[in-house]
Amino acid sequence: MKYIDEYRDKEQVQSLVRAIRQVVTRPWHIMEICGGQTHAIARYRLEEMLPEEVKLLHGPGCPVCVTPVGIIDRAIGLAKRPDVILASFGDMMRVPGSREDLLQVKANGADIRMLYSPLDAVSLAAGHPDKKVIFFAIGFETTAPVHMMALKEAVRRKLENFYLLTSLFTVPPAIEAILSDPESRVDGFLTAGHVCAITGNEAYHLLAKKYKTPMVVTGFEPADLLLGIYRCLLQLEAGIYKVENAYKRAVPEEGNPAARALMDETLELCDQEWRGIGVIPQSGLQLKEIFARQDASHFLPVPEAVSNAEDESAYQVRPDKKPSSMGRGRCIAGDIMRGTKQTKDCPFFGTLCTPDHPVGAPMVSSEGVCAAYYRYK
Amino acid sequence: MITTNCPIPFSGSDCVLLAHGGGGRMTHQLISSIFYPAFRNPLLEQDHDGCVFQVEAGRMACSTDSFVVDPVFFPGGDIGDLAVNGTVNDLACCGARPLYLTAGFILEEGLPLADLRRIVLSMKAAAERAGVQIVAGDTKVVERGKCDKLFINTSGIGVVPEGVRIAPDRAQPGDVVICSGPIGVHGITILSARESLGFETNLKSDTASLNNMIDGLLKDIEEVHVLRDPTRGGVSGTLNEIAQAAGVEIVLDEASLPIPDAVRGASEILGLDPLYIANEGLVLVILPEEKAEQALAIMRNCPEGKNAAIIGRIPEKGNALVKMKTLYGNYRIVDMLSGEQLPRIC
Repeated sequence: MKYIDEYRDKEQVQSLVRAIRQVVTRPWHIMEICGGQTHAIARYRLEEMLPEEVKLLHGPGCPVCVTPVGIIDRAIGLAKRPDVILASFGDMMRVPGSREDLLQVKANGADIRMLYSPLDAVSLAAGHPDKKVIFFAIGFETTAPVHMMALKEAVRRKLENFYLLTSLFTVPPAIEAILSDPESRVDGFLTAGHVCAITGNEAYHLLAKKYKTPMVVTGFEPADLLLGIYRCLLQLEAGIYKVENAYKRAVPEEGNPAARALMDETLELCDQEWRGIGVIPQSGLQLKEIFARQDASHFLPVPEAVSNAEDESAYQVRPDKKPSSMGRGRCIAGDIMRGTKQTKDCPFFGTLCTPDHPVGAPMVSSEGVCAAYYRYK
Repeated sequence: MITTNCPIPFSGSDCVLLAHGGGGRMTHQLISSIFYPAFRNPLLEQDHDGCVFQVEAGRMACSTDSFVVDPVFFPGGDIGDLAVNGTVNDLACCGARPLYLTAGFILEEGLPLADLRRIVLSMKAAAERAGVQIVAGDTKVVERGKCDKLFINTSGIGVVPEGVRIAPDRAQPGDVVICSGPIGVHGITILSARESLGFETNLKSDTASLNNMIDGLLKDIEEVHVLRDPTRGGVSGTLNEIAQAAGVEIVLDEASLPIPDAVRGASEILGLDPLYIANEGLVLVILPEEKAEQALAIMRNCPEGKNAAIIGRIPEKGNALVKMKTLYGNYRIVDMLSGEQLPRIC
């Protein structure tokens, strides 16, 4: 299959592994940002192929995992309203809120639809004028433009029953938060190719310079990832730090100006809470005031006070899912996503926390680091 | 005789009415105009509450399956032949020669009778191809919105020939896993037939009865240990069940998995794994490696097995799970699916 097979090719992969072995002289920690990259690393068992000096850390780039529990609770509350159809990507359905998840609420009668595209939610709104159709718009800079396309389309079609409940994140502030953390072990970053395909590389040049850390724009197939790692190691070993593009077939230096213009028109930066990590200043995107009418996070009251999480930034073990043997331990997904801990450090991993009984969102999402490790371990 | 004290619905309707399930005149009309002409056989025509027949001495197998696929018509088949093939294949995978099926219909008020007729005729054709008879049936009608067009249950019985012993716990070290054809075709066909996804493929469902091919296999090779059709849960789910039942490790070879490009492409776009996608005309055969070539020759001689290939092996030692040797020569776990990958695929 074109554009896939050549980047999974055995010869190509093996020659990159040999090149990596030749260049490494001492230990390095490299973090990939995106959950899709984490998933591919686990699926193809790339870590086993690397020399033991090279350790991969898995960053917070899974939007499902970092969406705050308060927003999930709000989605649940909205979905329970009889006048609402909540539309969502399938990944969000099983992510634990503070008391329940969307799948349970759906089973109890809420009208929740799983969609592959936000544009389908626009058609849904057109077909159900008597209902408020709310799309649960989660994502990074990659998905934000698609959500905004749906928003603009709904406005163009004068659909007054279309809303977005947004939970949108930007990557560079998260990288900065990780790099400025005194506990950070990260020596170099693989940035998410599809994010850079939208945003371009400008913000990463500033970060590379400020924190003297290599940033390599990297793709998602095994050969792409190994090439990113190789380029990052070349810089680390040579003591240089700059942005390099190892994913040129998808990422132009300036990104996608049309998508960025659409985002500039509709979205503005805001302080954003990342589940498991906490609030990172100016790391989120919210709808601009002119689209307040379509913003389900502002009005549309929910039928009850839904959030009872003591500390919403932490992964709480839901009381109904908490086995007595769990004691006082806590899910360490936030530490894993900041690169200070690994899944093997988690006492619940694979025992009390599994995809069937997830404690934290990273065990649910197909891009979650814990799910990737559990599935392909 | 027409009576006037009970309102009789207009019987010339072109769609299913609640009265078609009422047990009265319209039920009989439905049966005599649609079901009987298609399924006609002496056992069905006993006009009894059930059906009485002679059986051979020995072991029998029985199985049941319900079908709720959406959409009911899809490239390569419809809910009718799917319902017949599904139960026929379940019986065949028990090592049985399928004989008789029953068919239970739950119809939604408003279903066009032309659609019902088309589905029933496709059941008739599938039953003829498989060499089974539909000998009893039932029809219920529910209000509009209480089911989606129609749901079908089929149950069946078959005779297990002397000497045939097929069971998941018989898989053992030294066995190989043969897959009868391309993986993931049915599931992706159904997905692409759903308008909401907005993409098209030229795939057709692989729905087919496998009993004739399996019969040929069992006649010549008595060492066949396990037969399973990897429907819901896909190849991965089925092999995990076998690994657990038999307490053996099954090692798949990624390079030899027969996954068509259209399935791979759609799976890449939708974030699915073909190993978890449902198949409807596929069988996994587990038998000793020394019998593999003979089995492949028999299977490749049948249209439904023309692409049969060895996809995995059971090593001497291992844990009760499924692994895959990746393209790069390392190994990863192939776990059971958690949750649901695709709803209403069969």
